[in-house]
Amino acid sequence: MIKKAFALLLVIIIGIFLSATFARIPFGEPKTVVGKYYLDHGVKDLGGVNIVTSIVVLYRGFDTLGEVTVLFLAATGLGMVLAGLREKDEKKRKKTPPSLIMRTETKLLFPMTILFGAYIFIHGHLTPGGGFPGGVVIASAFLLMFLSHKKWEAKEKYTKVTEALAGMTYVVIGLIGLYVAGSFLENFLPKGVPGNLFSAGIIPLIYTAIGFKVGSELTGLLQNLRETTE
Amino acid sequence: MSSLILVVSAILVIFMIVGAVVTIHARDLLVAIIASAIVDLVLAVLFYILQAPDVAITQASIMGGLTTAIFLVVIKKTERYEQ
Repeated sequence: MIKKAFALLLVIIIGIFLSATFARIPFGEPKTVVGKYYLDHGVKDLGGVNIVTSIVVLYRGFDTLGEVTVLFLAATGLGMVLAGLREKDEKKRKKTPPSLIMRTETKLLFPMTILFGAYIFIHGHLTPGGGFPGGVVIASAFLLMFLSHKKWEAKEKYTKVTEALAGMTYVVIGLIGLYVAGSFLENFLPKGVPGNLFSAGIIPLIYTAIGFKVGSELTGLLQNLRETTE
Repeated sequence: MSSLILVVSAILVIFMIVGAVVTIHARDLLVAIIASAIVDLVLAVLFYILQAPDVAITQASIMGGLTTAIFLVVIKKTERYEQ
């Protein structure tokens, strides 16, 4: 009882302090200098219409590389944890065949979902989206196939090779920037006309690499989870 | 922000709070997962209302889609009801 009262008191105190703090922060007003700079100069400097993408890939490119690395480590760690629980013998896995509707439908949906994911990351500099959501959409297409076709699987060597190549592409693009333009992940391609598909320098290239990387990583993760025993 | 948008977002926030409470208290973990997926999807709609479509897409696809699917796979491999 005392514990509960104490917890309630703590929650109320934290609530009071939080609301007092947040009441002072103006909502929705551009206050920071750096945000204003991005909005004013982003399109002219980098040629990407979608400012968010320009910030994520070029202004804050190094952070994104770290983010990709974190995702890679998380997927690898899960793979290592699950490695002992892997059921190699396929026959031991429970098999209840999915319905005909599911199988027919996913066969049609699979290529379209992949196409949509590719669209999201190729048009990352023009429309909302980018490499991460695009890769997740691609992984969800594989998830659909995993759910509906019990024998169909993404071979581990292919997902690993795709992931490694995409990650290396990202770093190599950064190194080319270091060599040509003078700093890591610097834009070295022409900016083009803002709004065109071939514009914004290296943003589409990097987002394509991230899309492939995230997609293959999460597909491998789902495949690992699927092979685990009950 | 006009008052209509404010009312809509208030309703959505109430939805989120209800979903979060259901997620905490449900004994059936399947119910908990569906409720947390509802919280994530409503949060995606709120991000869109706050004019952050990039974040909304990421939230909807990662949290609403893939994380839910991974949780579902995990409870299928383990146990459905909390002791």
